[in-house]
Amino acid sequence: MKHLLSTRDLDRTTAVSILDLAEDMAHTADREVKKLPALRGRTVVNLFFEDSTRTRLSFESAAKRLSADVITFSAKGSSVSKGESLKDTAQTLAAMGADAIVVRHHDSGAAHQLAHAGWIDAAVLNAGDGTHEHPTQALLDAYTLRARRFGAGARGRGLEGLRVAIVGDILHSRVARSNVWLLQTLGAEVHLVAPRTLQPHGLRSWPVTVHEHLDDVLHLPLDAVMMLRIQTERMKAAFFPSAREYAREWGFTAERLAQLGPDTMVMHPGPMNRGLEISSAAADSSRSTVLDQVTNGVSIRMAVLYLLVSGTAGEPA
Amino acid sequence: MGARTVLHDADITRALRRIAHEIVESRRGDGRLVLLGIPTRGRVLAERICRIIDEFEPGIAEWGSLDVTMYRDDLARSATRMPAPTVIPPGGIDEAIVVLVDDVLYSGRTIRAALDAIVDHGRPRAVRLAVLVDRGHRELPIRADFVGKNIPSATSERVSVRLRDTDGVEEVTIEA
Repeated sequence: MKHLLSTRDLDRTTAVSILDLAEDMAHTADREVKKLPALRGRTVVNLFFEDSTRTRLSFESAAKRLSADVITFSAKGSSVSKGESLKDTAQTLAAMGADAIVVRHHDSGAAHQLAHAGWIDAAVLNAGDGTHEHPTQALLDAYTLRARRFGAGARGRGLEGLRVAIVGDILHSRVARSNVWLLQTLGAEVHLVAPRTLQPHGLRSWPVTVHEHLDDVLHLPLDAVMMLRIQTERMKAAFFPSAREYAREWGFTAERLAQLGPDTMVMHPGPMNRGLEISSAAADSSRSTVLDQVTNGVSIRMAVLYLLVSGTAGEPA
Repeated sequence: MGARTVLHDADITRALRRIAHEIVESRRGDGRLVLLGIPTRGRVLAERICRIIDEFEPGIAEWGSLDVTMYRDDLARSATRMPAPTVIPPGGIDEAIVVLVDDVLYSGRTIRAALDAIVDHGRPRAVRLAVLVDRGHRELPIRADFVGKNIPSATSERVSVRLRDTDGVEEVTIEA
């Protein structure tokens, strides 16, 4: 594995081995020295053209726990605002000796371009490109699901037999896309819930069952409900009449929480719009995995960075 | 030339029993023993030696598994290696006598990596080394405290340890 651009590129064996490795990485936090020397002398660059708190901090913390040097670049306050292109920025960073570039960009396909245009030699990790993919988020979601459902017996397993509903702004969500492909690869059954206006074209060809109303899936035995953020920054038109109406029809309210089985997880990739797609009652309940997802994100990113950067390019031995 | 078997099933069992007794004898005072096997086969051997110790001195030894992949000095020079899980017994290794267990001692580089890994888990009272086979050709100033069998070998030869749990058979072979 040279780059991580899309969860579509992961076969089941690779995906499970990333989750297993992340489990080992998680144990680093229990040790006296919470660091591993695996990436000593390597440089990881965080190249963020779009705002982010948790993903950037998570990658930064993961790289540091593996002893890599970390350079973080945000487009704000950089030469990008003077019109420097992605190519020139990337080549500048590569010239500084980057072994891996973690990139977040507002354009779908930016990570792919960076990896395959022949501009640079470094490993590329997609940390979110437009409305396309966000593979490490899907991996940490799968890790969270597996760990909560199977506990100590999670190692080596996929997500066969689990049923997950992904709810909300599917149209603009790279998290939903990456999750759909990965959950499918790992054997879970996926239901998508979204108002018509937030369902992407071609949705019928996805390996999912589509619903228009949240109440249509709540009677199913669900292992998890994954709420998506309403991405107002990407909405250039009116997709629903009002925030209040959205919350009433598709928001995860306290009443809907009460309808779920006691073991159903409530997931959210963050940042949450409390009172819009998720109520505080749901976000703060014991069924919420929001903070687990943040913790697990560091372990997943350690695993991925290790696999892409530690050895010479080649298949795991 | 084909493979020549230098240790048979019974030889391996006998060697492990002797190592178990030597480990307990060398334990001065009442220190806790923690046997840490290096995956894959060292882990199996650590568990077996621990079981043997349990037969004559119950409860003084625990075993775990110590993965050294991320501490190797050739990590960046070879294809990506998949680490194995590290399992440290619940009591930790602080103030314990840690016995590293591996199947073959060769260049000593794996053991150097293990010594680095141990430091990140705590501060044992002492660290010892037990190996089933010492085949020579050290590249670092490291030696074993407990050796099942010394097998002089040429660097061109291949020494293979196979254990029931990992390989279905129990033998040590040398092959040109």
